Amino acid sequence: MTKRQKRMAAVVLLLVGLSVAAVLGFTAFSKNMMYFQTPSDIAAGKLPEGARIRLGGLVEKGSVQRGDGLLVNFSVADCEARLPVRYEGILPDLFREGQGIVATGHMDGRTFVADEVLAKHDENYMPPELAEKLVTPDGKHSCEQFKSMGAKA
Amino acid sequence: MGGYGLYVWGSFGCGLAVLAWNALSPRLARRALMRQMTESE
Amino acid sequence: MSSWTWFHRLASPPSFFRLADRLAPWLGWIALALLAYGWINGLFFAPEDYQQKDAYRIIYVHVPAAALSLSLYVGMAVAGFVALVWRMKLAESALIAIAPVGASFTALALVTGMLWGKPMWGAYWVWDARLTSELVLLFLYFGVIGLWQAFEDPRAAARACALLAVVGVINVPIVKYSVDWWNSLHQGSTILKMGKPSITAAMAWPLFASVIGSYLFAGYVILRRLQNELLQREAGTAWVRELMGKSRV
Repeated sequence: MTKRQKRMAAVVLLLVGLSVAAVLGFTAFSKNMMYFQTPSDIAAGKLPEGARIRLGGLVEKGSVQRGDGLLVNFSVADCEARLPVRYEGILPDLFREGQGIVATGHMDGRTFVADEVLAKHDENYMPPELAEKLVTPDGKHSCEQFKSMGAKA
Repeated sequence: MGGYGLYVWGSFGCGLAVLAWNALSPRLARRALMRQMTESE
Repeated sequence: MSSWTWFHRLASPPSFFRLADRLAPWLGWIALALLAYGWINGLFFAPEDYQQKDAYRIIYVHVPAAALSLSLYVGMAVAGFVALVWRMKLAESALIAIAPVGASFTALALVTGMLWGKPMWGAYWVWDARLTSELVLLFLYFGVIGLWQAFEDPRAAARACALLAVVGVINVPIVKYSVDWWNSLHQGSTILKMGKPSITAAMAWPLFASVIGSYLFAGYVILRRLQNELLQREAGTAWVRELMGKSRV
């Protein structure tokens, strides 16, 4: 091997080694890379009671009930399961029925008590006129952006 | 901008600033470099 | 070996310098025209979005910056690879020329992302996989720039920078696919999505123009920076003296 070939082999080997290490590392810690968990994950009972978690899913159509002041109850669903959520505070502009959200909080019995609610929008952009024509029975938003950890891991 | 003016204009302002910095800094560097090289001759 | 003569000629500093001189103005002006078209249409003439209203217009700054942040890193890593293996000076200079440009667009992607996140998501920043890996990308650019400034000897500095650039390229697919591999608050890719188009034509054309315009603009800036690097490195050589003689007239 010439010196140049040796250098190339060294750099390629280094890169391959680091890539393998990265893949192994991220596969092992895939759970920690998840920003939120879905109602299915919580239904599967993989989480300790009272732990602080993030819940992601779609705000179910017809589930939003406003209470006194800023109190609001709604349920969050992914493609398979749903979970009732209680939240008291200011909601983001995008919050509405059918919208994706990520809520931070903890489980209180069968209800998820949130102290922060963020909106998660999808990657589709279109004018309102077009969006109205596209309404499907399950709303304009897809539950597919909420992957269950069980399915991924 | 429907109440989002600050965010939208802020973003385009930052974009313009980055474009301006990128366009100007090599030009200024070239000028300084040329001056420095003529002086050292 | 004769097929390689064009390559060696291109890699020689004086001929590359002249080529850059001819190419750069074209890149610059076309970039400016495309960016002006894209941004003016994006700001004033594209329809508003059904869910994000006018706030989505940040896409015309954010997406080109984010795309560039990744592409420029790949370009820098390729230059680093060539510099490490072939010890080519032009590749070393290219690496140093790309780093600050890439860093500036990465910072722009992060800042516009924050300005978009606050009104839409409800938070400037979250530590999800996409945002965190993009921040790591910025630090990698800073690392390359810092290493370059830390060494006295430019060749040793270039070698250290090249190694960091090449190793850091592992972060690029992580940024790109973070939204597919893991749950994140950030949405998936709009433009490079398989299947049905996810953006209306009236919104998409200004976006394509801004993206292509930004790429050409980055090309222009990198050529100009590369010319400066070459001048500095080759100061005192015959071709630089000749060039300065011309510029003084």
